[in-house]
Amino acid sequence: MGDIASTPAASNRKRLPFRIKMEPRLQVPPKWFPAAVSAGAIVVALVLGGILISLVGGDPFRSYAHIARASFGNLGVFSDTIVKATPLILVGLACSVAFRMKLWNIGAEGQFFLGAFGASAVILTPLLPADAPRWLFILTCSIAGMACGALWAFIPGYLKARLNVNEIITTLMMNYIAIAFVNFFIFAVWTEGGFQMSRMFPKNAWLPRLTDFSAVSPIFRGLTTHLGLILGLVAAVIVWFIMYRSRWGYEIRLIGDNPRAARYAGIDIARNTILVMMFSGALAGLGGVSEITGVVHRLQGAISPGYGFTGIIVAWLAKLNPFGVVVVSILFGALILAGREIQPSGVPKLIQGFILVCLVASDFLLRYRIRVVRQGEED
Amino acid sequence: MSDQPSDQSKSITEAPLVIEMRNIVKRFPGVLANDRVDFELRRGEIHALLGENGAGKSTLMNVLAGLYRQDSGTILVNGKAVDFFSPRDAIQFGIGMVHQHFMLVPTQTVTENILLGLDEPRFLMRLPYYDKVIEDLGDRFGLKVDPCAKIWQLSVGEQQRVELLKMLYRGAEVLIMDEPTAVLAPVEIEGLIKTLRSMVAEGKSVIFISHKLQEVMAISDRVTVLRKGKVTASGLLTSQSSRQELAHQMVGRDVVFQMNKPAQQPGDVVLSVENIHAENDKGLPALRGVSLNVRAGEILGLAGVAGNGQSELAQVISGLRKCSEGTVTLSGEEICNHPALFAIKRGLAYVPEDRTHVGTSPNLSVTDNVIMKKYRLPPIGRGWVVDMPAATKFAKELREAYEIVVPNVETPVRLLSGGNLQRVILAREISGEPVFMLAMQPTRGLDVGAIEGVHRLLLAQRSAGAAILLVSEELEELMSLSDRIVVIYEGRIMGEVQTADLETIGLMMTGTPLEQIQKQGAAQNG
Repeated sequence: MGDIASTPAASNRKRLPFRIKMEPRLQVPPKWFPAAVSAGAIVVALVLGGILISLVGGDPFRSYAHIARASFGNLGVFSDTIVKATPLILVGLACSVAFRMKLWNIGAEGQFFLGAFGASAVILTPLLPADAPRWLFILTCSIAGMACGALWAFIPGYLKARLNVNEIITTLMMNYIAIAFVNFFIFAVWTEGGFQMSRMFPKNAWLPRLTDFSAVSPIFRGLTTHLGLILGLVAAVIVWFIMYRSRWGYEIRLIGDNPRAARYAGIDIARNTILVMMFSGALAGLGGVSEITGVVHRLQGAISPGYGFTGIIVAWLAKLNPFGVVVVSILFGALILAGREIQPSGVPKLIQGFILVCLVASDFLLRYRIRVVRQGEED
Repeated sequence: MSDQPSDQSKSITEAPLVIEMRNIVKRFPGVLANDRVDFELRRGEIHALLGENGAGKSTLMNVLAGLYRQDSGTILVNGKAVDFFSPRDAIQFGIGMVHQHFMLVPTQTVTENILLGLDEPRFLMRLPYYDKVIEDLGDRFGLKVDPCAKIWQLSVGEQQRVELLKMLYRGAEVLIMDEPTAVLAPVEIEGLIKTLRSMVAEGKSVIFISHKLQEVMAISDRVTVLRKGKVTASGLLTSQSSRQELAHQMVGRDVVFQMNKPAQQPGDVVLSVENIHAENDKGLPALRGVSLNVRAGEILGLAGVAGNGQSELAQVISGLRKCSEGTVTLSGEEICNHPALFAIKRGLAYVPEDRTHVGTSPNLSVTDNVIMKKYRLPPIGRGWVVDMPAATKFAKELREAYEIVVPNVETPVRLLSGGNLQRVILAREISGEPVFMLAMQPTRGLDVGAIEGVHRLLLAQRSAGAAILLVSEELEELMSLSDRIVVIYEGRIMGEVQTADLETIGLMMTGTPLEQIQKQGAAQNG
């Protein structure tokens, strides 16, 4: 190549013996590729985290081994991981459904609280006597919780559909209203002797846990994994089916990708905005039901360490894929649980952050390919 | 230069070379966009770069403008080798490009857009001062535009003038125009030609990218033709080349300009539009009493300069826009002011003018795109479920029948070329066996081969007995396909002609009603 560099900056750039080129992919990468890229991103994140741990004087191998042991090491801790993952699965699904239509439901946290409230109302009002059969409790609590979550999400959905009110603002703000609303019942209506919590739910209203079946097999003794996991997994299958195999899901995907094309195809966008918002709210509400009847067993203030917001991250990391949500939720459950084992705050959060950044950045590789072009080499 | 022509255009062939591109090679994944291309530009000429879509014209010019880097080859500006890494480098050497899609900030004023990214003014904007500078610059080149106007308030033609001013303000000596007429009305095209002439008169040079022969003949001094990334004719003098010859160089075969359409007796009225009034997006009247009807087995052509209400009419008919007055009936049933689905269910097919933003969903697969109007009905829609195997089978059938070039039907349509995208849309719309088809600019931006394919499909629909309303800005296309032509101007129908009479249509397109033309004709004869 006989071209003469014309600017100093250009001549500097010229000195590198190779160039790195980024080209948009013109073909769809093979099916295994996205999963491989995500796995690679997690490895990179762990390496980065390891470097940091050793910089602060820790031993990264021992730390990681400890994290692995503390979250997957035996049945007991794995069960605890699953317990942490369960609400994330449902809330993550809630977000993925809305995000697929580019409907930014930031209100899963509030809908989660409303779900918990709905279930509590059935138990504490009480709508059902304390000795009602267990299945009836599960059914009515779930329906009530989902209905409350859906109704809570209906408000921003309706405002968006009819008046084009920004759903990000309304859903976010309604989180605070939801928490205040639930607090009112915790402090005033259902308070137990003035404490900021309700009385314990009757045993019949608890979701069955593995430990309840320790009579069947001693392996189950002490395992707190509860029926909420099954609810989450079933919900993931249902969401997948709706999204990829149903007419409604097709409409949601079409609106999400190109609302003008959807309108052109005769799809009612306003109606779907309301319905999808309610579907999302119902899933988040079910998350609240599962957490309160499966783990907490009473209505109190601290039922969620921000599950609704973590759900947003889970949904994105899973690339809005329902089964991806399950996997990512378990990973996050492990990090929440084991993180506390090695340090109350700091490093575990940091590793979460590394994973998040690496996974988001790795998306680039799905759209572009990188090539190294050596100088003088024709490409 | 291979062929040095006679003294006829001496001034052009002897002017100094401004740009020399030698052996330019540019490869994209899977495509050799430029294969050892040579290109020369002399001072003070308008040099047309002619070629079909995908011939490599835009790629070559993007290399020259610093947007892409050539894989190999050299660029000389005024005899000196240069190396561009960004458009900023290129503009320093006086090379500026006006892209097909404008790069302007809609909410800012003309002056603000022109100053954007420059080192001057440094801190205070001093807008009144620069407004004046811009206005003077505009006057000098016949580019009239209000410097204080916000971009969103301007027509497409005015926005193009802003882009030109932007380049002139940056001191461009070489202006690259990428298909500048694609977005302009005929009147605006004339204005553009005048501006370009005044710029070359001042010693600037213009490169004019186009795939329209007519324009190239009318505007340019010299032509370079590209075909599939290679130069097939280099620097021909326009005055010495014929249209047929250039067409041959461009496509490599003689193009038939006329379509043969079989004579056919049209049937009953299928679509009837009566006295439609409607507003545009800005709330201004766009349609002021439009009436027309289309019968089974005929193509009604709607001619008119873009922006005279064609888009709004199409939207009213397809149910995407409300009309304030009037009726639209499809097979005798009122469809106006109903949801879009209403007309779709009654056999309306619609090929929208905006393929990527309205006609398709870019990240969804070919399959998802072709079932857009079928997913509600068996065999694809069964109850509330979409039968994916049936959908895939349907997509594969369409891919065969309509020759959609795509590795598999799971490919997202954003990866498809313009011609293939249009085939996807046509395949979807035609496969619904429509009673009425609304085709908006169905061949815009397509290459000659693809245009022919679209024309054949439309005529096949006509033979099958569909009523077709064809909206186009290509008069030649309208004349060769339509049974009747109506002309729209500022939301009113100017008249209807059976036989193609270019002059009459031209007069109607510029706002003279047919009655008036006939009256004047009668007066002259009598």
